[in-house]
Amino acid sequence: MFEQVMFWLFGAGAVVTAGMVVAPPFNRNPVHAALALIASFFCMAGLYMLLLAHLLAVLQILVYAGAIMVLFLFVIMLLNLGDHELGKQSSSVGQMIGLVAMAFVTSKLVVTLATSADSLPHGADPAAPEALVRDGFGTVATVGDAMFRHYLVPFELTAILLLIAVIGAVVLAKRNL
Amino acid sequence: MQETLAFTVPLSWYLILAAILFTIGAIGVFTRRNALLVLMSVEIMLNAVNLTFLAFARTRGDSIGHVVTFFVIAVAAAEAAVGLALVMGVFRHTRTVNVDSLRAMRR
Repeated sequence: MFEQVMFWLFGAGAVVTAGMVVAPPFNRNPVHAALALIASFFCMAGLYMLLLAHLLAVLQILVYAGAIMVLFLFVIMLLNLGDHELGKQSSSVGQMIGLVAMAFVTSKLVVTLATSADSLPHGADPAAPEALVRDGFGTVATVGDAMFRHYLVPFELTAILLLIAVIGAVVLAKRNL
Repeated sequence: MQETLAFTVPLSWYLILAAILFTIGAIGVFTRRNALLVLMSVEIMLNAVNLTFLAFARTRGDSIGHVVTFFVIAVAAAEAAVGLALVMGVFRHTRTVNVDSLRAMRR
């Protein structure tokens, strides 16, 4: 019961704040959109907690809400965008078609997921009343064990990726190298 | 030791929520013309994907979904850094962040 209440709370919060990033009246000022996105990330972190992904919930707040959104806010304030720089929010026919197509695809997806709920494995399934969760699921030890035992090469490649991103960001943003 | 934690929220609810969030992000990418808002919408889409991975990891009881989500967060950080650097470079040249006004390759 508690889990369901928290799911609806965090889920509704995530959807509403993500909508505020996208919906026109709120996102005229990019700072407001960025703050709404931070609130959305916190709601997502709550959902990760419900899924027993404790490490990822903390990483979500540290990396997304902390590092990435601070970077966004820095750039927004550095550019100091006015109405002239933002330009007109045009609405073309292609955009409307994309909007309708996207809504259609998602409604089909949601209907399919909702009607196939019985065939998907979940805790309420009478055949498996409890989901298989070992002690310490989602903690640093468990995730680190899986990461360094089976995914060591991708982990090291992540370091190279971040190095490339740092060099690329400096090269792109520097006025004259 | 197997912990007996009841999973009272079905997997499909998490998948539906992730689908809705992914749609919100995709609509933002398609319809917003401010490059910063487009990048923010991409972050929403990546978050929806993370939610799907973690929901399946919770259902299956393995940590691989967590590892993949970790990599997605790292890729999102790299994408945000490069994307924002691109926006700054574009802004320096054209004094705008409106993606509709960037049509130098359309001539």
